[in-house]
Amino acid sequence: MSGFAQNTFNGLVSGAFYALLALGLAVIFGMLRVVNFAHGAFYMLGAFGAYVLLTEAGVPFWAALVIMPVALAVLGMALERAVIHRLTRLDPLYNFLLTFGVTLILQDLVKSRYGIQSSPYATPSALSGSVDFGLFEFPTYRVFILGFTLLLCVAVWWVLGRTRIGMVVRAATERPELTRAFGIDVGRWVTPVFGFGIGLAGLAGVLAAPMRAVNPLMGADLIIVVFAVVVIGGLGSIFGSVAAGFGIGLVQAWGEAYLSEFPIVSQTVVFVVMAVVLLWRPAGLFGREEAPA
Amino acid sequence: MTSAVDTPADAARPVPPSGLVAVARAPGWVRYALLAAGLLVAFWLPNGLYPAVAVDILCWALFAVSVDLLLGFTGLMSFGHAAFWGTSAYVTGLVAIHAGLPFPAAVLAGALAAALLAVPIGYLAVKRTGIYFAMVTLAFAQLVYYVANEWRSVTRGENGLQGVPREFFGLDLTDDYYFYYAILPIVLLGLAAAWRIVHSPFGRVLVGIRDNPARARALGYPVHRYKLTAFVLSGFIAGLGGGLFAVSHRFVSLDVLHWTTSGKAVIVVVLGGIGTLWGGVLGAAIVVRLEDWLSFSGFEAIGLVTGGIFVLVVLLFRRGIWGTVAALARRWRAARRG
Repeated sequence: MSGFAQNTFNGLVSGAFYALLALGLAVIFGMLRVVNFAHGAFYMLGAFGAYVLLTEAGVPFWAALVIMPVALAVLGMALERAVIHRLTRLDPLYNFLLTFGVTLILQDLVKSRYGIQSSPYATPSALSGSVDFGLFEFPTYRVFILGFTLLLCVAVWWVLGRTRIGMVVRAATERPELTRAFGIDVGRWVTPVFGFGIGLAGLAGVLAAPMRAVNPLMGADLIIVVFAVVVIGGLGSIFGSVAAGFGIGLVQAWGEAYLSEFPIVSQTVVFVVMAVVLLWRPAGLFGREEAPA
Repeated sequence: MTSAVDTPADAARPVPPSGLVAVARAPGWVRYALLAAGLLVAFWLPNGLYPAVAVDILCWALFAVSVDLLLGFTGLMSFGHAAFWGTSAYVTGLVAIHAGLPFPAAVLAGALAAALLAVPIGYLAVKRTGIYFAMVTLAFAQLVYYVANEWRSVTRGENGLQGVPREFFGLDLTDDYYFYYAILPIVLLGLAAAWRIVHSPFGRVLVGIRDNPARARALGYPVHRYKLTAFVLSGFIAGLGGGLFAVSHRFVSLDVLHWTTSGKAVIVVVLGGIGTLWGGVLGAAIVVRLEDWLSFSGFEAIGLVTGGIFVLVVLLFRRGIWGTVAALARRWRAARRG
């Protein structure tokens, strides 16, 4: 099997996680102007929820894949209604701080109940083994993640680009006052969009459970990388976030494979790319320049 | 009904509630009385508190003031200040261990290293404002964390730097009580420098940039260069705190570079009062004392409490302690004047 294909494939799979998380961050930011620090914590809750459902209630992976995103979306909507909503008229930094506090709380709640140890989550039997593509052979579970994520991104893209809901969301994101002037109740969409973004983070968490160690801190470092990803892609751009997510996954995997004598490369390459992008296009690769403040 | 979309990020306002800045100040005698009271408390502190905790409060006070210099007076929320605090801690530790210099020299070396690191990070970060600035600083701080984590031959990885000496011309400073008084002048110097920066013409320009960057630019101020200078100065002061922290614990671990440390510094400032400088000192005292008390009483979920404080302060108490008191005092004076 070709090493290059293998590395590219793995890069796309880890890119899929970045893309899912960045996509959720982007729609939430677009609609609410909130950079949700707690996104990584909800990803962790997704994975942990799947683990707890399996070990304590015997709920299989496929059910968790539906239950956790829905449950977390509801939790997210409650969070939006209860606290985030109160800060919307203030500087976005206050919501950043608020969600940072929520992150610490969620992490510690899980930590004090389940400890800091990582827990294994078995790959669902239907997805174990590997798929033979003739020239290459890839683990079935990873093929599933990649296909599923791509499908999801296309679906979100279709909803945003082709449906009436998407039209409202896009219009409200770009020109809230004008949208309102057309008689569209923009406020009605804020909470569901927040819930949707959180649901995506939870979904990514469930998908990660069989692949990565499930522990209370699994979202913590990931979210910082995802922040770098959205700075690279341009936070205002949904397409940019997804593209940068896959791109960074690829660059990381290649860095890990071909610069293996420098183990630090795979972890830091995303920040180096971010530095270069900031020098060259401060608004991100696909972002629009903000109006001068 | 009002909703989020009323306030697009393009119209993002500066962070601190206006009118809270150094520009509107208390009358002279109040300031002198407060300064005298503050100095008295500073001199008395290790007699009323466990000295090690008092030392931590001093270090964190510098850290908080360095963050407030940017957040309160320049309108930039650095969420990656652990990079400077931690870098200085490591450099101070290494210099102290390998060169055997008196600890103020090691701390100075650490703070200079932090300021040096602040140049490239600040140069890139000030290209963005508001929430982007926070994300960019956070990301670069994480880069520094990874580098320290991987560069084991120097940083000793997970084991950390052990046995950082408290060398000062043969003086015995192993007792935290005496060490407190040894570092107090350095800390006061750092705080005075921050106060000087804020109340200088340079500081006024920073406040002007914070309140209205476009106007500052139109007046001919090189906004980016001012922000970068503030960023480097802030990095230096954070470095002073980090270096002292390393010497006081005689140990440096990766924790000093972790993003939760950056977040804690911002909590401390918000709790004390953004844009008030002394609020940061007060916030540091409260948070350090609280954490010590929690860990001492065997409570393990400290993040639950600090996170909870964060949520409550942001929701209900955005002016922080010092800001609230200052606002009350102003109202009282205005009412008396009629």
